[in-house]
Amino acid sequence: MRVLYFAWVRERIGKTQETITPPASVETVRDLMAWLAGRGEAYAYAFENPAVIRAAIDRAHARPEAAITGAHEIAFFPPMTGG
Amino acid sequence: MATIRLQREDFDIGAETAALANGRTDIGAVVAFTGICRGGDGGQPITAMTLEHYPGMAETEIARHVAEAESRWPLIGVTVIHRYGRVVPGENIVLVLTAAAHRADAFTAAEFLMDYLKTRAPFWKEEERAGASAWVGASETDNAAAQRWATPSTCSDAAE
Repeated sequence: MRVLYFAWVRERIGKTQETITPPASVETVRDLMAWLAGRGEAYAYAFENPAVIRAAIDRAHARPEAAITGAHEIAFFPPMTGG
Repeated sequence: MATIRLQREDFDIGAETAALANGRTDIGAVVAFTGICRGGDGGQPITAMTLEHYPGMAETEIARHVAEAESRWPLIGVTVIHRYGRVVPGENIVLVLTAAAHRADAFTAAEFLMDYLKTRAPFWKEEERAGASAWVGASETDNAAAQRWATPSTCSDAAE
């Protein structure tokens, strides 16, 4: 699946997007954040406080407990500040 | 019926209002909200602001909220234009136009759309002050403003 990062999540990780293949045990958005946080120092920094990170599955807002099975595109970003 | 655009360039409120309302006789009210880049709230002045967005999702998310506004108020037309990229204080950021037969629906729907754009549309502002950049944090006031529109059917959605 493709993972996209925005704003300071993107800056901390140092990538705008990447393709990942998490193990089957990674079932939810929350699981995926924990798994990504284990990929290195930059990821651990980006996901140090998962409670403040928002996620979208296939371009729709998703809660931490949302299942990621079958998702093509998952995005992680800080709370939105548009308008 | 709704016009939704994300663009780097500025917009012309007069031209957008004309495009929405000209030639129609069923519109009695057009409310126009323009969000403008402020130069700061005291302290170091803001020299510029960069708006990052999630292409693909931003348009879909705005369209979803426009559809909700259309289902809640009898709107005749809606225009939402949101800029991205770098803007300087005094420049426009966002335009919301709502057209209805009567002003109350147009006012309320415009406010609803702005409150949701602030908290749910995937845009992020980064401010530049004295050569340093910092991401703008989410505002509790904005969250509370969006929350007050939640209905029993949208509560779970708004809490995401």
